[in-house]
Amino acid sequence: MKKLVVGLAALAVFATACGAKGNADDADTIKIGGNFELTGPVSAYGTAESNGAKLAIKEINEAGGVLEKQLKYVELDNKSDTTESASIATKLATQEKVSVIVGPATSGTTKSATPSVTRAKVAMITPSGTDDSLTLDDQGKVQPYVFRTGFQDSFQGVALADFATDHLDSKKAVIIGDSSSDYAIGLTKAFKDSYEGEIVADENFTADDTDFNAILTRIKGKDFDVIYMPAYYEQAGLIIKQAREMGIEQPILGADGFSNQALLDLAGEENVSNVYYSAHFSLNNEEKNIQDFIKAYKEEYKTEPDAFSALAYDSVYLAKQGIVEADSSDPEEVAKALEKITDFQGVTGNFSIDENHNPVKSVFVIELQKGEEAGGTEVAPK
Amino acid sequence: MENFIQQLINGLSLGSIYALIALGYTMVYGIIKLINFAHGEIYMVGAFIGYTTINVFHLGLIPSLIISMLLCAALGALIERIAYKPLRNATRVAALITAIGVSFLLQNGMIYLVGPQVRAFPQVITKKVYSLGSIQVNQTQITIFATTVILMLALQFIVKKTKMGKAMRAVSTDADAARLMGINVDNVISFTFILGSALAGAAGVLVGMYYNSIDPMMGVAPGLKAFIAAVLGGIGIIPGALFGGFTIGIVETLISGYGSSLVKDAIVYLILIVILIVKPTGLLGKNTKEKV
Repeated sequence: MKKLVVGLAALAVFATACGAKGNADDADTIKIGGNFELTGPVSAYGTAESNGAKLAIKEINEAGGVLEKQLKYVELDNKSDTTESASIATKLATQEKVSVIVGPATSGTTKSATPSVTRAKVAMITPSGTDDSLTLDDQGKVQPYVFRTGFQDSFQGVALADFATDHLDSKKAVIIGDSSSDYAIGLTKAFKDSYEGEIVADENFTADDTDFNAILTRIKGKDFDVIYMPAYYEQAGLIIKQAREMGIEQPILGADGFSNQALLDLAGEENVSNVYYSAHFSLNNEEKNIQDFIKAYKEEYKTEPDAFSALAYDSVYLAKQGIVEADSSDPEEVAKALEKITDFQGVTGNFSIDENHNPVKSVFVIELQKGEEAGGTEVAPK
Repeated sequence: MENFIQQLINGLSLGSIYALIALGYTMVYGIIKLINFAHGEIYMVGAFIGYTTINVFHLGLIPSLIISMLLCAALGALIERIAYKPLRNATRVAALITAIGVSFLLQNGMIYLVGPQVRAFPQVITKKVYSLGSIQVNQTQITIFATTVILMLALQFIVKKTKMGKAMRAVSTDADAARLMGINVDNVISFTFILGSALAGAAGVLVGMYYNSIDPMMGVAPGLKAFIAAVLGGIGIIPGALFGGFTIGIVETLISGYGSSLVKDAIVYLILIVILIVKPTGLLGKNTKEKV
């Protein structure tokens, strides 16, 4: 009798252990979660990323899956809302028991989901959250379960400073920056810290400004080689227009916030010459894996992929590599494997994950002449 | 010096727009003592109407300007009839709160209709720049300034020389006495909204053309600045709105040009506070004692 009780108890413990640890182990699928902005103010980013992620899942499954199991993609809409993002991250991790989560698209929703994934011990890979502090906590310690595929803000600022010196031969720069967004403030700081030339003027504006004639008139009389403009396309487009119409011809240098058709519409295509911006991805890149991705994406969605879809696509493949290297679908094992990933081959570049969970990759600086992409330069990390 | 003149020209263009919007605030306030906070949103709707007429129907600037003014006039009259007329005898706070409500309704209605994103306004004027030494004036700035002056003169004519203008002045002096004299006060109030909204519609099209960018939230900041301009000049006084608009535009530009663009909004609001403390009737206002 006593033996039977012990035996049953042992069996029960074993069964629970399996159930808790099992996730998808006992089933024939491995679950990947998607936490994206499918509706709401930034749904343009979220839906593009959702498309990229779904395409990657489809390809992986057609190629035979991972660890001989098919991937199952579970996607929930965070409605571009921080609270919603936190609650669906919890849901994906604890109820759906996914092995890893891809998304969200923006820094704000990623930040709010961080406590949820940390508590549940499930890794989250944000494709396009660029805020430096996402992968680090207040004390500067790395967040164990937050990873990203896009480069962080400060990294772009450093790359652009290098680009200005090495490729544009600039000795004197003017900064015209948005002082109302963390994104632009981070970019400004990184540029200032690493630019080797002199910064002759540091002008600021806020996101609801539309009239930049006053600051442009002021800098017009100054002697400088390049304008560094950490801003989103809404303002950058207007500043480029007003500057060019005023006769300011120096090269203008910006970050990935420029990467939108609206920049050209707002500035007027004829004004967008000598404009350079750093990008995660370029449609004109001739490399085979990139062209293959563009072709597959076009076949699937009848439209060209943008940087957001490409980053999400890479994030899913990064998750796959994590699962393969962990040789397990256990979320904690996957998170540990992600930390050690080196030589990941993606459409947004080849990279390794550094000690702060950021990818170490090249920045691609795109050149625009008369509103068209006229070339690109790869700036490798120093 | 050249730099200063250039900044002055920049300031005049910005000031023209504030002045056009401020006129609407001032007239409505002059007649029924209501601060119509939905006015900035009428300006926004005007910009979108101009966008549509130019982009979809391929009309030129002047037809677009006229259509936008007409439709905005209709919208202003409609808002007055639906939202403000039923509250004519309610407290002034009730009317003010309704105005804020209408403003939110228009913002969110437009976000629902056209989406929240910024869109590029089509270019209708040729990009011509006139230079005198290093001072530059472009075609758009001249058009904005000229349109503002023409509309201003037309308004002054309507108010001073026409029968309706006389009725407006009568109602603003004493609505009850005007009613006793056989003036249809409701019609006069509607007419005031029509005039003010038409000017806001024109400002919307001009701004779209000047900055090349419109969005459903674009009315908020200029609306507030124009209100400050109206207070600065003396709310209820038509030349005051003009004076206030140009002053605020120039002050803002000079601060960005010679100080820091980060403090320009703060200084504009500071002007509002100082005016309200020192001379609440505005720079052109007369201190009249209220009769008891």
